[in-house]
Amino acid sequence: MAMSSVNNHKKRPISPFMIGPYYRPQLTSMTSIAHRISGLILAIGGLFLAIWLQVTSLGPEAFECFSEYAGGPLGFTFGLILLITLIYHFFNGIRHLFWDIGWGLDIRKAYRNGWIVIGVTITASLLLSIFIWMRLSA
Amino acid sequence: MNLRNPVAQARGLGSAKEGTSHWLWQRITAVGLAMLSVWFIWNLLSLIGGGYAESRSFLAQPHNAVLMSAYVLFLFYHAQLGLQVVIEDYVHVRWLEITLQLIVKFAACLVVLASLFAITRIALGS
Repeated sequence: MAMSSVNNHKKRPISPFMIGPYYRPQLTSMTSIAHRISGLILAIGGLFLAIWLQVTSLGPEAFECFSEYAGGPLGFTFGLILLITLIYHFFNGIRHLFWDIGWGLDIRKAYRNGWIVIGVTITASLLLSIFIWMRLSA
Repeated sequence: MNLRNPVAQARGLGSAKEGTSHWLWQRITAVGLAMLSVWFIWNLLSLIGGGYAESRSFLAQPHNAVLMSAYVLFLFYHAQLGLQVVIEDYVHVRWLEITLQLIVKFAACLVVLASLFAITRIALGS
């Protein structure tokens, strides 16, 4: 904040944002912004965890009211989005923790572990979705 | 106007010694959440499609009540730290930034307290 107000005052050029007309989309920047966006979605998703805890403590009537929405098509779609988001944030978060101890930071490795995160996210999402679908239809 | 050199003003005051606190707690809660998320997803899979009784008896078990409390606490502390940085980065209207920061922190505190209260009620059977 302090730095940017100094720059605004002196009208110095600032480096353009990573997403926009000046940079080609890169795997590294896209996985980075996706980590933020998934974090935002999960913060909202956390509220649904909190609502589930509330209705479970309030009693069967409140729980039924909740599961009517959560079990409906809208709740199912949102739940699936949350699950995939959590899986991505989980694996990319582990990628961040490895970077924090200095592993996999050079460009070649950062691209490779980026693709690994995407691959593992898709695989785990598919497996869990199939498992849930089988459970709900059984 | 202050003619003193900025370095001269800062010298001798020392650092606040808290510069890494935000970063460090984000990682600590991340490690905790990574482990708890595996536990959470695993149990969620068996609770999906179940009803009130299943949810209730799951949370009534003491070890589940404790782990769920830890999960909620870590989750909203981690979310609050993350949202703080997102607001700092993208909201450049000062009054709006401060308002949003307060809303996020108050909301996180309230949701955690309400959740812990709910879990405790279920675990104690009231």
